[in-house]
Amino acid sequence: MNMGLYIVQQGINAVSLGSLYALVAIGLSMVFGILRMTNFAHGDMMMVGAFGTLLINAAGAPFWLAALCGVAVGAAAGVIVERLAYRPVRGAPDVTLLLTSLAVTYILENLGILIFSSSPRNFPIPDIMNSAIQLAGGQITFTAINVVTIALTVAALALLGWFVTRTDVGLGMRAAAEDLGAAQMVGLDVDRLIVVAFAIASAFAGLAGVLWAAQSGIVEPDMGFTPLLKAFVAAIVGGFGSISGALVGGYVLGALEILIVAFLPSSVSPYRDAIVFGLLIVFLLFKPNGLMNRPQEVKL
Amino acid sequence: MSGPALSRPAGLIVFGAVLILVAAVTLALPHMVNNYLVRVVIVMCIDVILVASMGLGNGFTGVFSLGHVGFVAVGAYTSGILSLPVTMKHAFLPDLPHWLASFSLPFLPATIAAGLVCAALAAVVGAPLMRLSGYFVSVATLGFLIIVNVVLINASDFTRGARTFAGVPLQTTLPWAMGWMVVTLTVLARIAYSPFGRRFRVVREDPIAARAVGLSILPVRLSAFIVGAFFAGVGGSLYGHYLGAFSPASFYLPYTFALVSMLVIGGMGSISGAVLGVVLVTVTSEVLRNLERGLDLGVIHIPPLYGASQIVLGMMFILVMIFRPSGLMGDREVSPGLFLRRKPTGERE
Repeated sequence: MNMGLYIVQQGINAVSLGSLYALVAIGLSMVFGILRMTNFAHGDMMMVGAFGTLLINAAGAPFWLAALCGVAVGAAAGVIVERLAYRPVRGAPDVTLLLTSLAVTYILENLGILIFSSSPRNFPIPDIMNSAIQLAGGQITFTAINVVTIALTVAALALLGWFVTRTDVGLGMRAAAEDLGAAQMVGLDVDRLIVVAFAIASAFAGLAGVLWAAQSGIVEPDMGFTPLLKAFVAAIVGGFGSISGALVGGYVLGALEILIVAFLPSSVSPYRDAIVFGLLIVFLLFKPNGLMNRPQEVKL
Repeated sequence: MSGPALSRPAGLIVFGAVLILVAAVTLALPHMVNNYLVRVVIVMCIDVILVASMGLGNGFTGVFSLGHVGFVAVGAYTSGILSLPVTMKHAFLPDLPHWLASFSLPFLPATIAAGLVCAALAAVVGAPLMRLSGYFVSVATLGFLIIVNVVLINASDFTRGARTFAGVPLQTTLPWAMGWMVVTLTVLARIAYSPFGRRFRVVREDPIAARAVGLSILPVRLSAFIVGAFFAGVGGSLYGHYLGAFSPASFYLPYTFALVSMLVIGGMGSISGAVLGVVLVTVTSEVLRNLERGLDLGVIHIPPLYGASQIVLGMMFILVMIFRPSGLMGDREVSPGLFLRRKPTGERE
């Protein structure tokens, strides 16, 4: 096989995977930027979005409409969790916030098991999304779902970019991320900004969940946890709290994983996750502010 | 409030009384309750060892690690490999290096070796990680847990990979579990409430002030981390010899959450809080787990609700976080000293 074409093929895979990581990491970083909270329950919005889509689709709605509703359900779940669990502990020490979100993820995953049982379910997608697209005489192959993933991610990012630079609420969110206290002092409705941030972050996670389920073909209650951990790495590599950093981190991580699997000896690839989390630790130690973020105090 | 402030003879008498009580319970319990309850008590003792040792680093020095179960896993596998009978080693682990395959250690040395291996690992891992603070250390130690899991799954010459590691002799009896629990709690309390242990709380409460008085933070945090890891390894060995068969998935995120919830609900800055947390969470989840299978109360029929007990546990956890963020015990201790006349202790720390 032509090496150049192989690289193009793997590049497409990397961008597709990186898009999913970026979608999850951006929400994680947005919430962290404002509340200084490492939100473990963020990954479960993927599960909520995917199950929401599955149920609405099964009830008879066409897939596209069901997916849209699923994303909305994910956003709603994020807002509800913020209201019930996170608002009462707002302003508490880092560790309290982290532990609260860990408890929320535990509750949500077990709620998923209670309602849907722990065995994976098929995630039916329209046939057109599974159709293979072949280029260069079959040497480059990808499915329509890869194209949809990349296109929807770009669209969602463009929308987010417009929102945070052109609207009052978006600017307010950035102000709150800069300095929550000062934003409150100049009269911004911080509660509302935080709700909007959670809604957007969770909608992104919901979208990522639908796309993830569409790519893997299954939904299960703990489907969000591994992508969440990867998104942590992406967000920290990019610079935790920075939206553009999370974007860069997501694609860097996607590229790295594909690189390990596609270009390194096959004895290395089982250690992919160990390498990724090793990278996380290296970044925390030597470049804790990530690639894109302003300096902050994290070490002794 | 500080720990026991007793005159030495009184303290020794109380300690002796506690030992006799524990010994009496250990001997009498199997005759009083059924086997199921004895097994619950054994698991509780192991959990107390794990939670209290996690509390030393996470609570007393305030470096919240999510990687404790990584050390538990290393301890379970280390002692499992060491104590597996030689014939079993040939059958189950044919690719084990010769120097490991040719001998088999008894339970006690294998357990101590597991603790020492974990302590050494903690020294290596902690030296960089203990420099981090806040959520960064939590995420980094979670990364450590994941790396341990991946390595255990892939080091199949030693661990049989993701498959079950079986054949570990079932040697964790009630006296062993109780004995190790008493040793662990005594050592941890002696360390935490010694003059050296006071440094743990100083670096937690005010790292800048600690440095200003000439106390370097890294060695203090690291020593708590290493001691915690030693007992995590011991507890892992006990757990391995209790289960007899386990896999890397036994020591992963669900177990981490269970131990963290015990620690947080009981109170992070307190050794008796760790004990209380283990008892409360174990009793609650055992009761709920029985309800979960469904109930038939004549008139009312409750269908089985799998997962419901964990949901209740998660809600307990969140309520504690909201209303009592430092746990039920906070940083107070129930010590034998409460039942005796106190020496005047001067002002509080």
